[in-house]
Amino acid sequence: MKKGRIRCSAIYQAVLLALMYLPIVVVVVYSFHASKSTIRWQGWSLDWYRKLAGNRGLLEALKNSLILAGLSSGAAGVIGTLGAVGMARVNWKSKGAVEYISTLPIMIPEIILGMVFMAFFAAMGLPFGMVTLVLGHTSFCIPYVFMMVKSSLVGLDKSLGEAAKDLGASEVRVFFDITLPLIMPAVLSGMLLAFAMSLDDVVISIFVTGARTNTLPIRIYTQLKSGVTPEINALCTIMLAVTFVIVGLSRMLGKKAPARG
Amino acid sequence: MSGYNKIINQSGTGAEKKTKGHWWMTVAPLYGFTILFVALPILYLIILSFLTRAQTWGVVNQFTLENYARIVKPVYLNTFKESFQLAILTTITTLLVGYPFGYFMARLPRKQKSFMMLLVVIPFWTSALMRMYGWIIIFRSNGILDKILMGLKITEKPLKLLYSYPAVLVGMIYSLLPFMILSVYSSTDKMDWSLVEAARDLGATRLKAFLTVTVKMTLPGILSGIVLVFIPSMGLFFIADILGGGKVMLVGNLIQNQLQSGRDWPFAAALSVVLMIFTSIMIWLYRKLSGVKDLEGLL
Repeated sequence: MKKGRIRCSAIYQAVLLALMYLPIVVVVVYSFHASKSTIRWQGWSLDWYRKLAGNRGLLEALKNSLILAGLSSGAAGVIGTLGAVGMARVNWKSKGAVEYISTLPIMIPEIILGMVFMAFFAAMGLPFGMVTLVLGHTSFCIPYVFMMVKSSLVGLDKSLGEAAKDLGASEVRVFFDITLPLIMPAVLSGMLLAFAMSLDDVVISIFVTGARTNTLPIRIYTQLKSGVTPEINALCTIMLAVTFVIVGLSRMLGKKAPARG
Repeated sequence: MSGYNKIINQSGTGAEKKTKGHWWMTVAPLYGFTILFVALPILYLIILSFLTRAQTWGVVNQFTLENYARIVKPVYLNTFKESFQLAILTTITTLLVGYPFGYFMARLPRKQKSFMMLLVVIPFWTSALMRMYGWIIIFRSNGILDKILMGLKITEKPLKLLYSYPAVLVGMIYSLLPFMILSVYSSTDKMDWSLVEAARDLGATRLKAFLTVTVKMTLPGILSGIVLVFIPSMGLFFIADILGGGKVMLVGNLIQNQLQSGRDWPFAAALSVVLMIFTSIMIWLYRKLSGVKDLEGLL
């Protein structure tokens, strides 16, 4: 009886997983399709990968996306890590409120965040482009790093830092020599998460980008509305492979993170 | 939060007090960024929603409630209603489909559990647009789905599913399902199974034990899943755009239209404020009902 139940649940999970992967598999398969049409199958080819290598607009957008994700997750890494470490020490009244507001960017619907930034940057007179993109993306990258580091700090052995201090190490020294190495896995996995989120973001990017700065998701979005060439499939397939590597790395780092409280 | 208090309580020594002066430097960037680029912009949006739209371009600094009054007009109210309907439908379906998945996942042996987690998370990390494109290829007239259905003689003509309400619904459910699964999983995983066993020992049937004990104990996960699915589903305008082909209008689409073609920023701001209020109410309700401060399974 028990065995039968388990088998049922396994079938259910398998079916649902198959459905989850179906659209991804479809995109990957058609990236190797010999023809542009998705109506009838006309054999395998690597044409779209070759064409992709020559598509400068698409590669430019990819480059922008990587720069953007790198800058925002990097900035979030510094601000979020320092913030989480410091917040555990300071005892200010405003602490709770600031922490709450800082996580708002991942709590409110993306479209509102996009609108908020668009209106604000326009009012400030900032030129729309890479600067506004980085500011917008940093705002939603910080919470990921902050929350990861915060939860890893809970399980941290305080006596190590105190021992170092007793031996005469300065606060700064303790941070760089003891605390940072210990929370590094959490910092990196938070940053990788933030990087992936930034790389994939359409909604906020659409609102805060300038006419001349394209990111990859924006480009894909415009193509999806007008007409897609399978070079997009090829690019998506490559990015999927990259995602596998990133997720794998992040999980490896996550496993090394100190036990959560 | 308890972690903080623990750390603060432990560190109230004399040596700590002397060095406390420098810690403001570590939180300064977070404070600065949060105030300048999160709090201030949101505040500006709220102010903007009370300003008047200029005749041709831009905004006039004149107080008005007109923007909020316009939302109550049937055209816009209808959009809110439709958005709500779609969001509720999406939430219910993801709960029904995702709960068993998350529940079974938490009951797997340890090794299989982390592998299953990886399998659920991967589609989640792939480009949302890429997955939507996959659905376009599947739903397209004479596309994969039509071929299969016509091949099996279930339907005779192409269904024309792309650019329809069902397509948008599938896209929404598909995109948001992992949130529900992970939320349910994380609270089922933490559950104390001895309580279920106790209920069974006391003569409850398996179904009754599930309904009275398990569901109650996984309630934080269920509620968190509902919040995590419901909130984004109001604003995911690009799914309605790509799979609905402009036929399905959500609050998100309305805001985007007002911003980009309508050029009516104050009205778009008012719409956003209303949506933001809904969101806050939901999160507040969640905290009240579950007594948990952070959303279950968010990370």
